[in-house]
Amino acid sequence: MPKQILSFTVNGDKVDLLVPPYVTLLDALRDEAGLTGPKEGCGTGDCGACTVHLDGKPVASCLVLALQARGRSVRTIEGLGTATALHPLQDAFVRHGVPQCGFCIPGVLMAAAALLEEHAAPTEEQIRYGIAGNLCRCTGYTKMVAAITEAAGMIKKGAAR
Amino acid sequence: MRRFEMILPSSVDECVKALATHGAGAKTVAGGTDLLPQMKNGLVKPAVVVDLGGIAALKGVTNGAGLRVGACATARELELHPEVRKRYTALADGAALVGSVQVRNLATVGGNLCNAAPSADMAPPLMALEAEAVIAGPKGERRVPLSAFFTGVRQTVLGADELLVALVMPAPPVPPEAGLYVSGGSYIRHTPRRELDIAVVGVASQVTVQNGRCVKARIALASVAPTPVHATAAERALEGQPLTPERIEQAAGLAVEAAKPISDQRGSADFRRHLVRVLTRRTLTAALARARA
Repeated sequence: MPKQILSFTVNGDKVDLLVPPYVTLLDALRDEAGLTGPKEGCGTGDCGACTVHLDGKPVASCLVLALQARGRSVRTIEGLGTATALHPLQDAFVRHGVPQCGFCIPGVLMAAAALLEEHAAPTEEQIRYGIAGNLCRCTGYTKMVAAITEAAGMIKKGAAR
Repeated sequence: MRRFEMILPSSVDECVKALATHGAGAKTVAGGTDLLPQMKNGLVKPAVVVDLGGIAALKGVTNGAGLRVGACATARELELHPEVRKRYTALADGAALVGSVQVRNLATVGGNLCNAAPSADMAPPLMALEAEAVIAGPKGERRVPLSAFFTGVRQTVLGADELLVALVMPAPPVPPEAGLYVSGGSYIRHTPRRELDIAVVGVASQVTVQNGRCVKARIALASVAPTPVHATAAERALEGQPLTPERIEQAAGLAVEAAKPISDQRGSADFRRHLVRVLTRRTLTAALARARA
């Protein structure tokens, strides 16, 4: 099968990748774009470790064929914050010591970031519903909910200032 | 995944032509949430995958005299659509139960129906709302009531050269437009887990009431037969009657007649029959409450 050019936007930059038609967006991001933040847990859309934003919405990138992202905008965990300027969610996750093994965290953060864009001050119920598609096999959900609640407050305070 | 060629049509015509050329060796992909796991597991091995993402005519939800839902409208779109939440509540209920938010942003209504799992959460609500499938093929467009769309487990009336384009349904009457008519709907499923699970049984009910009497009732069941089915005896028992708790309980009992469940790892046939009765009662009660709200 000939490779095809995938032109799309990744974390704000226009990117052209040469990909075969039978690879997923997750594989293209990891293997061709070198963005290894999104992880493959189950490969069937159940675990959420591969969550990225596609045109601003959280999706399971293991279920998207790479060429389906043509012309669209993708944001990965690498585009959420930087090492020197963490996103408030990342900052709260660090301070709360949320990551245990860490494998699910990029996906959880992307799901949480999408949630906070929709609900600036989510209830615990909304937070749990928003990250219901993310499995943490270390079972560290309690700290996630606390950190997301706190981050929402920080973002709101920042916006008020 | 096995290797395949990908075709990226930009119109329904182009897509139908591609399907006619490649026949049964071709698979259409929209959200991919059913197809990709099936391909990764080797259950389907298409030589050609036709991406529907570039076809504008398949997208969006249009609200007019009734509702037109493009086949590629996502579950998330339906879950959040103000008009769907207000007037087509059973559909909003069903859409909100599909997978996780990461899945619902991809999963389309057309995919949910064409995958034709007996447990598809959007099928019973659409049947209760009397939706019709708009199908495009080489000879033009045809319409099939959704109640006649499914022919078996993972089987539909769609030919290899046909494409589901949209679902269209009449608007359930609501005041003030309809005077004394009020209508409400509900879909409830039973699952051991709250999220990311597959219905042991799902029931959708839509009732229209005039002057305290039910003028129309539509009840559809998921996961109790090879296809989603209408509970016709229960529907008939309600029409023309006041929707008292006793009448609803009687209809719930009659709904069990439409169920031909199997026993599997999700539940026994007996448990499923029990659930049909319970969920029919609950959805009728919820539908009535919403009609009056």
